[in-house]
Amino acid sequence: MNLLEVDVAGVSAVGLTKSYGPVRAVSGVDLTIAPGETVALLGPNGSGKSTMMDMVLGLCRPDRGSVSVFGASPAAAVRSGWVSGMLQAGFPPDLLKVREYVTLVASYYPRSLGVDEVLRMTGADHLAERWTKKLSGGQAQRVRLAAALVGNADLLVLDEPTAGIDVEGRRECWQVMRGVAAQGKTIIFATHYLEEADAVADRIVLIAHGRIVADGSATEIKSRAGVRSIRATLSHVEVESLRSLTGVVAAERHGDAVVLSCSDADRALAALFMKFPEVRNVEAGGGSLEEAFLELTTKNGRRAKEVSQ
Amino acid sequence: MVTTHVRYEIVRTFRNPRSLAVTLALPLVLYYSIAGANRHTTTSGISFPLYFMVGMAAYGAMFATVSTGGHIAIDRAYGWTRHLRITPLRARAEMGAKVLAAYLVALPALVLLFLAGVTLGVHLDLRQWFEITGLLLVGLAPFILMGLVLGHVVSCDALAPAVGGVVVLFALLGGALGSFFGSGVMLALTKLLPSFWLAHAGKAALASGDWPLQGWIVVAAWTVALAFLASLANRRDSARA
Repeated sequence: MNLLEVDVAGVSAVGLTKSYGPVRAVSGVDLTIAPGETVALLGPNGSGKSTMMDMVLGLCRPDRGSVSVFGASPAAAVRSGWVSGMLQAGFPPDLLKVREYVTLVASYYPRSLGVDEVLRMTGADHLAERWTKKLSGGQAQRVRLAAALVGNADLLVLDEPTAGIDVEGRRECWQVMRGVAAQGKTIIFATHYLEEADAVADRIVLIAHGRIVADGSATEIKSRAGVRSIRATLSHVEVESLRSLTGVVAAERHGDAVVLSCSDADRALAALFMKFPEVRNVEAGGGSLEEAFLELTTKNGRRAKEVSQ
Repeated sequence: MVTTHVRYEIVRTFRNPRSLAVTLALPLVLYYSIAGANRHTTTSGISFPLYFMVGMAAYGAMFATVSTGGHIAIDRAYGWTRHLRITPLRARAEMGAKVLAAYLVALPALVLLFLAGVTLGVHLDLRQWFEITGLLLVGLAPFILMGLVLGHVVSCDALAPAVGGVVVLFALLGGALGSFFGSGVMLALTKLLPSFWLAHAGKAALASGDWPLQGWIVVAAWTVALAFLASLANRRDSARA
């Protein structure tokens, strides 16, 4: 079947909720991902990214709400070979060489790709004869990515695909992911690298405390957060008192320099000059995605927590 | 789809020198040292080398089968079980592959001990060799399932002592390492163990070519009970993963 011609969502989650004991890991998440979309789930550790992915993969059942994959249940989609994934762990435990491992995974899928082709694609071809146990963290991650791709599934669910890879390798992985996305595959990946989300995804879903706090392109998220930063030279002032200025959400000190993240930079500037006339070298600039991320995950996260209590 | 997985299950045993030592080398060394010294004696009504050949073959094969099922504990610890659940490989197919692999891993233990038996003067006709092999393969079924249950229940750290303990317990009481109970209550009790019928496959092949009815009932009962436990443990694990 050509899934792209079928008029269903790639992934559709409605009211997804999952608790582990008293901890609510995922809380009423609604999310629709179109076939062919590349979506980053961006959030700090413990924000519920992995639990959401587990539910998409059918590894755990939601307490409330439902999730479907290409219109089917996650379990049915997995059985049909429409889905493949890269979990945070998951090598076969015993002695296998890289090529044997990827061949083993390929054998489970009905329409798998050539093993050597996929190893070349992920830059793991020179590792083919190595034992999986003897790989470095970054090498292991490339091999795991190869195993996720070899099944030729329509939906790829990748949990922190570049964790443990060096900067250069990370860029190569992004290129691989973009190449796969260009073939029309649907990709969901979890990351806490903003740069990665920005570089690979069409769409960023920002998650904090088990909720979606923002959803859109990188530019949209930056503007939604409305964060601007102010840099200035200002010695002998407590960071605490800077933080309490109107319009400031966070303040940091680096020697004599201070950096203020602001929800309202105009008011913050006025307040800064008023309260500390000795301030010098003031620069105001657009916020980075990183600042937007902090702003959205802490502020909305806190609000989300208050609401749920 | 499953053949590559079966091959993997076999490869993991043969690439592990410790498991080869226990399933092949240990029974062989025990056989030559003990049966060699008791070459011309008899036990339990048959020649010692024949009795001990079947006993040691059963012992090695029990180790091989119980450890193969026990691999599940390692798979769980490494997150491999979880990964398999997001592939199209069905849980039942995976269990099937483990059962098949367990048999294929047990075969070399049988063949090797049979060859050793021949070198110590064990004489059987072809039919009897096949009967012994057949009875051993049937009698191993409960041990394959026992391995699956252990793999689901025991943690990775406790696996080796658990497998070793279970195999030695069943082998000793069943008489695979020698016949200790000539008659009485203990003998009657050990006849309720599947390992008793494994260890006495040689005697059965010599006498009638078959176990008495009690042997079939005992092996069947253990097989059914352990199959039930294994599927229960499997379902419990799947719900948890």
